[in-house]
Amino acid sequence: MIDVTKIRKDFPILKREVNGKPLVYLDNAATSQTPQQVIDVIVDYYQNYNANIHRGVHALSQEATDKYEVARQTIQKHFNAKESYEIIFTSGTTHSINIVANGFTTLLEKGDEILVSAMEHHSNIVPWQMLAERTGAVLKVIPMNLDGELRMDVYDDLLSNKTKLVFCNHISNALGTINPIKEIIDKAHAVGAAVLIDGAQAAPHIKADMQKLDVDFYTASAHKICGPTGVGMLYGKEEWLNKLPPYQGGGEMIAEVTFEKTTYADLPHKFEAGTPNICGGIAFGAALDYMNSIGFEAIAEYEHELLEYATKELLKIEGLKIYGTAKNKTSVISFNIEGLHPYDIGSILDKLGVAVRTGHHCAQPIMDFYKIPGTVRASFSFYNTMDEVDVLVAAVIRAKGMLE
Amino acid sequence: MQIKKIQEEIVDEFSMFDDWMQRYEYMIDLGKSLPLINENYKTDDNIIKGCQSKVWVHAELEEDKLVFTADSDAIITKGIIAILIRAFSNQKPQDIIDADTDFIDEIGLKEHLSPTRANGLVSMIKQLKLYAIAYQTQLN
Ligand SMILES: Cc1ncc(COP(=O)(O)O)c(C=O)c1O
Repeated sequence: MIDVTKIRKDFPILKREVNGKPLVYLDNAATSQTPQQVIDVIVDYYQNYNANIHRGVHALSQEATDKYEVARQTIQKHFNAKESYEIIFTSGTTHSINIVANGFTTLLEKGDEILVSAMEHHSNIVPWQMLAERTGAVLKVIPMNLDGELRMDVYDDLLSNKTKLVFCNHISNALGTINPIKEIIDKAHAVGAAVLIDGAQAAPHIKADMQKLDVDFYTASAHKICGPTGVGMLYGKEEWLNKLPPYQGGGEMIAEVTFEKTTYADLPHKFEAGTPNICGGIAFGAALDYMNSIGFEAIAEYEHELLEYATKELLKIEGLKIYGTAKNKTSVISFNIEGLHPYDIGSILDKLGVAVRTGHHCAQPIMDFYKIPGTVRASFSFYNTMDEVDVLVAAVIRAKGMLE
Repeated sequence: MQIKKIQEEIVDEFSMFDDWMQRYEYMIDLGKSLPLINENYKTDDNIIKGCQSKVWVHAELEEDKLVFTADSDAIITKGIIAILIRAFSNQKPQDIIDADTDFIDEIGLKEHLSPTRANGLVSMIKQLKLYAIAYQTQLN
């Protein structure tokens, strides 16, 4: 059970006002808020042991290195990766995907096929388009139905021995759909294709088990899981990470350098060129500790209640249509009101202290599919309350009244 | 009337509103009431793509003055366009080039001009100025 009153006390930002109104933060799918426990870790780092890692013999450097590597192990345990060096620290999901897309440049041939789902964030489309351009591989799309569910029957037809890679999000940021990734992974493996799952939206809601999923690559961004911005992870199976060439060259990622030849460091350092976001990595670990202390099952259960209540109340508003009505979905509600532009609704909600996202949510193909300019998206987290749902609904009704 | 004078007039009008609700309602009314652009000019060429709302702008020289017409698919954006047009249309190109847009700030609509709003308005103002520069060169 979630004690939301108690949990809210952990988040200083939730006390603030916006435009003279108490903040109702419903843009959690874009970025989650940060609890004091994580803020303390960030402050502690800069106050007590800020130093570069993996290179100094002095005490501070050792301490920072230890904490950074402990964070890696926390992440490893959380995602149940077999080895800690299968967890690569990155600047976030976008960076993680680019490492893999870049790495496949030498592994694909002209005519190979790579499959993308129809409901991806641009960061899980564009790097692959660039890869296709570099290699001559063909990018094919797994379509979705009107509820925002992947057409698994078409997926079956698209898979063949030409398929080399499949990439898909675990949860769609624009629709909230939870995709059947285990089935996607198993079917891809059956034809010998590798799979990357973009877990950016899933990580705040679901504890994904890398070994059980048998996934080849999985990504996450700390800022969506109560951690800081600018840090995230790439999980990769050891054999795949060994096969991929490094993405960036520089310090930290080398074994030996001469002007004739450089040999690369072992995993995970091969993919971690330069001074990383040390404080961010440590805080990422702290953020997972915080979320685990609340418990992912309790989080999922409570967020589901928020979703059901908000869906029911919003649908009472005449002309309101929800995009993304998959049977299996998370606490994201994308909607429009007939005849009104999402930008107008969002602007008025902002004035009423309600933070939502409006626009195409970096997923233009989804908007094209529904033939809409964008949506208003309210995304709920475990620290949101039923009362906040009521504030949202009242604000939408008010906006509708003003705009019509 | 000079651009500066018109802007002062707009600021005066807005100062009568007590809160954001009234400002927004006024803008929404402006947005609804004005037929801003001839449908023929709502072409892809004239579109300014913001991330969120679309803005169309068309410019024509009438004698020595530049006349703008514009539109948007979002009503609040359209309201602001109506205000911008009132300030900048039917003016000499050089005066448009020299004018500033601080009055938007003064009437409490600054947030709509922030680039993060990505609503096409920032690009629209830039476009108005670019048209003015182009026609000024033509006049010289
Ligand atoms: C599904 C999905 N993929 C990728 C990203 C990109 O994540 P980041 O900006 O942290 O790299 C996001 C963030 O909005 C997302 O929701």
